[in-house]
Amino acid sequence: MLTQYSFIAVFGIVAFSFVIIGLALVAIFAPSNPYPLKRSTYECGAEAVGSSWIQYNVRYYMFTLLFIVFDVETVFFFPWARIYKSLASFGIPVFYGFIEGFVFMLILILGLIYAWRKGILEWV
Amino acid sequence: MGIVQHLPKFIKQWPGGGLAIASIDMVMNYSRKSSLWPMTFGLACCAIEMMAANASRYDFDRFGIIPRPSPRQSDVMIVAGTVCTKMAPFVVKLYHQMPEPRYVLAMGSCAISGGIFYHGSYSVVKGVDKIIPVDIYIPGCPPRPEALFEGFMKLQEKIMNESIANPELKLVPENPDLGPHYAIEEYVEPLSSENNAGDAK
Repeated sequence: MLTQYSFIAVFGIVAFSFVIIGLALVAIFAPSNPYPLKRSTYECGAEAVGSSWIQYNVRYYMFTLLFIVFDVETVFFFPWARIYKSLASFGIPVFYGFIEGFVFMLILILGLIYAWRKGILEWV
Repeated sequence: MGIVQHLPKFIKQWPGGGLAIASIDMVMNYSRKSSLWPMTFGLACCAIEMMAANASRYDFDRFGIIPRPSPRQSDVMIVAGTVCTKMAPFVVKLYHQMPEPRYVLAMGSCAISGGIFYHGSYSVVKGVDKIIPVDIYIPGCPPRPEALFEGFMKLQEKIMNESIANPELKLVPENPDLGPHYAIEEYVEPLSSENNAGDAK
């Protein structure tokens, strides 16, 4: 078990050294000449106008709900389906895994039913 | 930071230092010319030819030329098309935001001299070299992708002749003459002279 976690440590070391080596190479080879205009914000040349705290239409809430339902379902179902058959080798009954997945899906399906009842599945 | 730009001062004092600088130059210039990432400044019909050059038929990728959407990641600015006076401050600002070494390709008649807008136009910059230092001029209206290739090859030749010992000083013109209908304050205000530190390598 511990050797499996050591892979994560190796990943961490490689990732860290990747960044350090990149920054070191830049420090050696890249000419450095910062001045205020160069460091100014990149906004395609034009400065942004107004506040970013604008209000969105509340109707987008229902689309967000639908997105969450299907997105979360997809993200969590892939690993679940991947290890589903090998559950028995961990000493867990396969049927238990099925129930767990079903309960999870049921919770999300409640959101889908709510969206359905609100009529947002029928757009032109 | 930027060790390589302070290096020649020390190496020159050594015996045979010039030889060492020439070797460093060759490696630096070769690596610089082999991945020229352009910032695509498509302003008019020249942009269509530039897109064609980047797409699969003419395929800029084989030269290591990959278009970038941000000045922070780019080495070359291809000014492709007519630069209006309204656009001029943005061209200059984006030029300043590019990291050194930076190069400019003026693509097409309009970017070179104003082109068909040279006589009697009140709103066109008569040549992009009035506002930023230009390295290569690519003639044509618009230039074919092959012409853009040749412009890049000329730029690569130019880069191969550079040296870290005496970098070319490129100065951005201040207060350019953009015509009688353009308020110079509008242009100078965002690019005040204390910000304009010029170019160094």
